Amino acid sequence: MSTLNTSITTDTAQRETTTQDAVSMAKEKPAEAAIEYGKTVGTPFADDAKFCLRDVEVFYGDTQAIKGISLDIARNEVIAFIGPSGCGKSTFLRCLNRMNDSIDICRVKGRLELDGQDLYDPKRDVVELRARVGMVFQKPNPFPKSIYDNVAYGPRIHGLANRKSELDDIVEDSLRKAGLWNEVKDRLDAPATGMSGGQQQRLCIARTIAVSPEVVLMDEPCSALDPIATAKVEELIAELSQSYTIIIVTHSMQQAARVSHRTAYFHLGHLVEVNDTDKVFTAPEHELTESYITGRFG
Amino acid sequence: MTNSTSQAEIVRQSLKRRYRKERRFRAYGITAIALAITALVVLFSDIISKGHTGFLKTTVTLEVTFDPEIMYLEDATDPAQIRNADYLAPLMAALKREFPEVSGRSGERALKGLLNSYSSSEVKDLVVANPAVMGTTQTLTFVASDDVDVFVKHRDDSSYSLKLTEEQQAWTLALMERGVIDTSFNDVFFTHGDSRDPGHAGVLGAIVGSLLTMAVTLLLSFPIGVAAAIYLEEFAPQNRLTDFIEVNINNLAAVPSIIFGLLGLAIFINLFGMPRSVPVVGGLVLMLMTLPTIIISSRAAIKSVPPSIREAAEGIGASKMQVVLHHVLPLAMPGMLTGSIIGMAQALGETAPLLLIGMVAFIVDVPDGFFSSATVLPVQIFLWAGSPELGFIERASAAIMVLLTFLISMNALAIWLRKRLERRW
Repeated sequence: MSTLNTSITTDTAQRETTTQDAVSMAKEKPAEAAIEYGKTVGTPFADDAKFCLRDVEVFYGDTQAIKGISLDIARNEVIAFIGPSGCGKSTFLRCLNRMNDSIDICRVKGRLELDGQDLYDPKRDVVELRARVGMVFQKPNPFPKSIYDNVAYGPRIHGLANRKSELDDIVEDSLRKAGLWNEVKDRLDAPATGMSGGQQQRLCIARTIAVSPEVVLMDEPCSALDPIATAKVEELIAELSQSYTIIIVTHSMQQAARVSHRTAYFHLGHLVEVNDTDKVFTAPEHELTESYITGRFG
Repeated sequence: MTNSTSQAEIVRQSLKRRYRKERRFRAYGITAIALAITALVVLFSDIISKGHTGFLKTTVTLEVTFDPEIMYLEDATDPAQIRNADYLAPLMAALKREFPEVSGRSGERALKGLLNSYSSSEVKDLVVANPAVMGTTQTLTFVASDDVDVFVKHRDDSSYSLKLTEEQQAWTLALMERGVIDTSFNDVFFTHGDSRDPGHAGVLGAIVGSLLTMAVTLLLSFPIGVAAAIYLEEFAPQNRLTDFIEVNINNLAAVPSIIFGLLGLAIFINLFGMPRSVPVVGGLVLMLMTLPTIIISSRAAIKSVPPSIREAAEGIGASKMQVVLHHVLPLAMPGMLTGSIIGMAQALGETAPLLLIGMVAFIVDVPDGFFSSATVLPVQIFLWAGSPELGFIERASAAIMVLLTFLISMNALAIWLRKRLERRW
């Protein structure tokens, strides 16, 4: 009895020391020092850039959330943003269709271009931009309307369909692309809020692609879903990548590895490394990326 | 081992204490609710026991012979003579037929006390409208005098001081046995405006006045309140000015209503020269009073719309206005409606500000428009409760019941609307 007790104590003590070591190691290695401001290792630039982003800085009041990020996002690529919580990946994503506009204290600096046109040009129409750059959110957020009305909402407000039949076609097409048509074709008038979480998220994707955007931004689209629903959404992303540029923020490194062509690692507002997904997960160039993907923090 | 036992003991002891606390708290709650229900039951039983007789009227049914001779009519076809004839005489004659033994001036005066002072002019109206009745005998039903009414309804109630003499009481009882004096449903109460005579007083004028006033209040305060709430919540920049406005709206909700009455008197009547006692001014004053309530509840309703819905719409490319009109407003509508109806219910029961703008005047006619003099239900109750005639006491209680019915149905409507609009999703 007593021997067993002692052994457990020692074991715990040892484990504690290891944990402490890891913590102190992480602390000893000052993250800021390891990153050069505005410097990204790997291949942040592309030839055929859809988005051309240079020296992007985002401030919330006096706090700087994004620290000088330069990145190109190629046409029809799937790029995953990974990084620990609070590293700025969502903030950066939301700059790309100006969803941060509604936050009063948020300021965006730098050059952000979509097809060579400035995103933050005061004359630029946000509505037009968001029709081209759609967004899928973390939690499924269908409108409290019918399934049909959810998908038809975008085309309606943008006047994309002149006749009811055209609208029907758009709705069917979008639901098919989202892999939802067979599940819901008999109950298009049912409330969307009565669907399962995974179905709701795919409905939100259908709603986004119904306005035929060029880019789809996904902010942790699977974090509220179970593994089966997640698998379906990932399949869907793979299919959509044929015709859309997809930028996905994710906390799941497996997901990033599964769905993306390139992966960008964010750390404390810096873009530390951008590389082909295979390379990031097999041979990361930066030590912070390596620590993150091997699970030493994050 | 001992250590863990004692710990369990400590937890058990604290559990006991916690449960005691919970039981005590529950007892407080039950007491509070019981008190509230008792108060409510007392209030309602008092009002209903006092007021239910207000829905009954006492009537006198007489065989009236229109004899030109006793009416001092020489020529029954001359309109001028008809207008000046004595219309009390045929009534008295009919009453005297019931009691042939009564004679003399004092006896006649006592007998006259059973009749309502308005009866003779009712007879006159009948004859002027239809001179052909002259010379015939008609069975006519009149509202009895206030004193008879009180005696018939409350002769066993010691709290009423009866004004009839013993002789008159005996006559009344006799007439009741013969079926001449009877009680029936008080239709007068729902079809007439105010009157000096309780038997002829009704709440219709006050109900119409209240409805007209409420219409003005609703039509102005709901759109203005909702628009203000939407602007403040969705469009206004967050700065000192909007903070200042917000603080002031919250303060306005707590301002005593009589202050709004003074404001209405100073601005709408004195400055703008609008007439006194009219539903338009009453509605404007009550609008000022209900606006803060509506704005505050509408803002709360808008705030409670999940931001994810807003983001979803913005993410598809809806403009600010589309987000508000297509998503925020429909979702906030139940809350806005509930707040507005509760504000309207408050306004319906409001008396003080209306006293100041002259809606307390004695108005007999049922108002026929937004600019005709009117009174409202709570003011009517206030007027009757202060009247010396005993018949007005029960009518005040009856009017309170009418007002409560309106208030309860408005609240029920609010609940129904909320349920209905929310049930869709």
